[in-house]
Order: sequence, then structure tokens, then C-alpha cells
Amino acid sequence: MVEDRSFTGRLFAALNFTLLAIIALITVLPFIHVVAGSFTTSAELAASKFVLIPKVWSFEAYKFIFSTNTIFKAMGVSIGVTLVGTLVSMFLTSLMAYGLARRDLDGRKVVNFMVVFTMLFHGGLIPTFLVVKELGMIDTYAALIIPSAISAFNMIILKNFFQNIPEGLEESAKIDGCNDFGILFKIVLPLSMPAMATISLFYAVTYWNTYLTAILYLDDSAKWPIQVLLRQIVVLASGLDHSATLDGVVPPPDQTIKMAVIVVATLPILMVYPFLQKHFAKGALLGSMKG
Amino acid sequence: MQEVTAQASTAQPVLEASKNKNEVRKRIWRNRWLYVMIAPGLLYFIIFKYLPMYGLIISFQDYKPYNGIMGSNWVGMKHFNRLFSEPDFLNILKNTIVLFGLNIFIYFPIPIILALMLNELRGNFFKRIFQSLLYIPHFMSWVIVVSISFVMVTMDGGIINDLLVFFGFEKINFLLNPSWFRPMYIIQVIWREAGWGTIIYLASIAAIDPGLYEAARMDGAGRLRQIWHITIPAIRGVIITLFILKIGSVLDLGFEHVYLLLNSMNREVAEIIDTYVYTAGLRQGQFSYSTAIGFFKSVIGLILVMTVNKISKKMGEEGVY
Repeated sequence: MVEDRSFTGRLFAALNFTLLAIIALITVLPFIHVVAGSFTTSAELAASKFVLIPKVWSFEAYKFIFSTNTIFKAMGVSIGVTLVGTLVSMFLTSLMAYGLARRDLDGRKVVNFMVVFTMLFHGGLIPTFLVVKELGMIDTYAALIIPSAISAFNMIILKNFFQNIPEGLEESAKIDGCNDFGILFKIVLPLSMPAMATISLFYAVTYWNTYLTAILYLDDSAKWPIQVLLRQIVVLASGLDHSATLDGVVPPPDQTIKMAVIVVATLPILMVYPFLQKHFAKGALLGSMKG
Repeated sequence: MQEVTAQASTAQPVLEASKNKNEVRKRIWRNRWLYVMIAPGLLYFIIFKYLPMYGLIISFQDYKPYNGIMGSNWVGMKHFNRLFSEPDFLNILKNTIVLFGLNIFIYFPIPIILALMLNELRGNFFKRIFQSLLYIPHFMSWVIVVSISFVMVTMDGGIINDLLVFFGFEKINFLLNPSWFRPMYIIQVIWREAGWGTIIYLASIAAIDPGLYEAARMDGAGRLRQIWHITIPAIRGVIITLFILKIGSVLDLGFEHVYLLLNSMNREVAEIIDTYVYTAGLRQGQFSYSTAIGFFKSVIGLILVMTVNKISKKMGEEGVY
């Protein structure tokens, strides 16, 4: 955009900038408040209300939440499900996306339609639950991964990306005696790193944020991922129903402790974010333009 | 001679057809590894997406888990009839439609406005910083979003209530007061999704020919006029496409978010189809009835998408499919 140096142009730009700055600030302030609050004492939090940088530093809340095994265990489940799930999803998704990206494949239109149709219509919660149950997956970690292993949306993004790779490359690989698996793993995937990084991030975030599938398919609280535990500690204990507090007798945990659990449940995503941000913005654009 | 050519011309298509068949067979054999690649994914969609669609028939049965779909009794439209005669259901339907409306009328325009604002920023440096900050909440789960707002609005020690007291107002019980459910819901939706929603609009704005703006400036158009006459018309197609998708999916977006906000005090306004299907179906074991409700919802969603898609095509836009 060429600069507009007139008075109204400058005024417009200044207003626009200020407004956006305020909006961006509002977006991050709640989280900063929670992070800062988790690193201070309950007394300090109660006294100074809004904390952006703690005056009194304290790791009490973290010491408390890590004093039992519960959080460690839930973190372990979440990390495991995220790693394994992302690998499984990426493997299945890229195989299918590549197959469907090849224009000379008979029947690809039918399969494509089958995939798109699932985005428009589905059997719903109970029938899906019954299928998972029939497969004997209740109370297994597999239930957190397999029933949501492929996202139709992600598959289509990746397929569109693969379609943009020049066919000539594949042809020449074929002449050199490469079969389709070789073409995919040696040529197409290395050329698709931005898209692969993006889709991996999408899957990883979904698995890390797993909540619905966990409350649907896991009755055993020992298998809970961190998100379910977070709800148990913060949402249910926020003085809603007396019956819903942790055990009915235990008083709701301190604000600082709740904040610390929120931070722990959010941290992994925030750590990955800066590394992948460049990729995913680009990759999401590629996908959304064609999608 | 004539007969021969006539014969030849009738024989030709037959020959070609068999040749084509052969070629298809050859092509399929040559691409066998591609089919192997597609197979696991296809199997996934059949088992976890199409089998549940088959499972919808239990909404015409009195499904008993130990009898299975084959052994359960058929009851025709019983569950659907119950659905429309139950006042509970009408209230749930109303709640669902209200949240749907909030999403369409309040949330939907915000990413468009944000994208237009971001696009008007001069420096790329700040644009990138603002974008990065605005994207972050999208990566937080609903549990995290709801948790953050709960620690902020809680009566004992929540920052919002502290501020209310500081400015001389009464404390408000945001969590248990039914009239605060909808505002909290939509504010959380906006906070989490508005920034991320700008990506697609920014991409289509970036594809606009800069010459158009130059021409408009020559004609004396200011910033606002350029936005109105060039940027918005240029992204109209994307807006319509996303609008269709939103209409189709918004009935589905609720569960996690609403379920987390739901409690015994705000049930009257907060219970939606998804949360009801979960409690009635899995908690109370009314499999067939709640499947019927889910079925009803999926069909409405499909009809909505197809209708809006048709309308957008009539208006000369591309549509989703």
C-alpha cells in the first residue's frame, strides 16, 4: 500500500494503528495476567489485583501442583498422545492426500466426494460412540487417536499442496525406476515441508487440546490427559455447584494454583508456536486459497 | 464397399470400448501402489464416518446395546414424534439457534473488519507483530479459554469483579447468572477465533491487483472509499464461501465450549442440541432418542449448506462445491 501523506490519510493511519494495538493488547493481557499470577503468592495476587510482573516472586503454586503425581501423569498422557497421534495422523493423511493428488488415478473423484461429504453430514455423537465401543477402544489411549486420525480438512489442504508440485518431477523419478512410495517419500514430501509443518502443527494442537474424546471414551480418571484435569481443577471448582467441587468437601484451590495449572496446560503450545509460526501462516494461506 | 464401412463404423466403438477397458485396467495396475496408499485412509473414513451414518438407523429403533442394531425393535418415527412434542426440546432448539445467530451476526463480521484494518497498516513489522499476537488464542483449547476467563471473572479474587468493586459497582456472579451466559460465550468465541479468522481474508486481499488502488487514487478516492469500492468487492467471494461454511458448521461448533460453560444455574439458556445429546444419550442411556436429535441436527445442517450454496451460485458466486 502506497503511503497517503494527506492529513486525513495520516489521521486514519494513526487511528487504525492505535485501535489495532489496543485489540492486540486485549488479546494477550488475560494470558499474561494468568502467567504472572501463577508466579506470585495468593496474598500478593489479592492485594495488587492486576499483576503483569509479579513484585513478589513465588513458585509455591508450581511446587504444590507438582507435589503429587496427578499433573505429571496427565502431562505424560498428553505428550504421548500428541507425539504418537501426530505421527499416525501425518502418515495416514499424507499417504491418502498423495494418492488423491495424482490426476491419473481412476476413482479419485468418488473417494474425494466421500471425504468432502463427511464434512457436510455425519452420524453424530452416539453412533460414533457405539462404533468406538464395538471396536473395544473404550478406556484405551487408542480411542484418543484412531477415531480422529484423519481430518478431512487437513487432508484436502495437503492434497491441494501436492497437486501444485510439477508433474515433470514425478515423471522423471518414475523413469529412473522409482515407484509411487519412492516418489512420495523422496521427492514430494521433501518439497512439501511448509505444508507438512503446518498440518503437523494443526494435528499436534488438536491432540494436545484433546478434551471431548477423552471425556467420551475414558472412564478411568488415571488415563486423563491434562485438559480434562484442567477442567476438573479450574472449571468445576470455580464455585459453580457445591456438588461439582473436587470432592464436595475439599475447598476450591487457590487462584494461583488454578493459574499455574492453566500455564502448564498451555505452555507446550506456546513453546512450539514461534518455531512454526512462519511455516503455518504460509501453509494455511496455501490451503485456504484453494480450499 | 459401403457395407464394409458401415460395418467398420459400428465395430469401431466396440473395439474402442474394449481398448479403453484394457487401458483402464492397465492404468489401475500401474497405479496399484497409489491404491495401497489410499486404502488406510479410505478405511478410516468408512469405519469412523460412514459406519456411524449407518448407525443413524437406531433412531428408528428402541436400541438396546446388548441386542445390537440387528436385534433391536423397530419403532418408526416414535423418537422424532417425541422430539417435537417435548417442550424441553423446543427450548434447546431455541438456545442452539440463538448461539448460531450470535456467531453469524456478531462474530462473523469481526475477522473481516480486523483483516481490513491489518491491511491498512503501513509497516510490515507491526503488521506481523499484531498478527502473531492475534493468532495465539486460536491454539488454546476451549478448556484453557474457559479456565482463563473463569479465574478472571470469579467472585472471589477475580480481576473483573475486583475492578467492578474498585469503580464502585456491585460484584456480578458471571458464572451462575443465566443472563451472562450468552455474552460470555460470544466474547470467548471472538477472543479465540477473530484473529485466526483474518488469515484467509488477508490472503485474498493480498491477491488484489495494486493497479486498481492506483486508479482509484487517481480518481480521488480516499482510504475508506478504496476499501469500500475495491477491497470489499474483491473479497466478496471469499466472504460468501466462509459464510456458507459457517452456516453449515455452526450447529456443530458448540459442544466443548458450551459444555464447559454449562451448569445447573444457566441450563435454561445454555443447554444446546449437542450438550443435550451427550447427557441424554451417554449419561442417561437414551441412545435412540438422542441419536434422533443428532440426526435431526445433521439433516438441518446439510439442508442449510445446500440452500445457501444454491443461493450463492444463483447470485453468480462460486459456492463451496
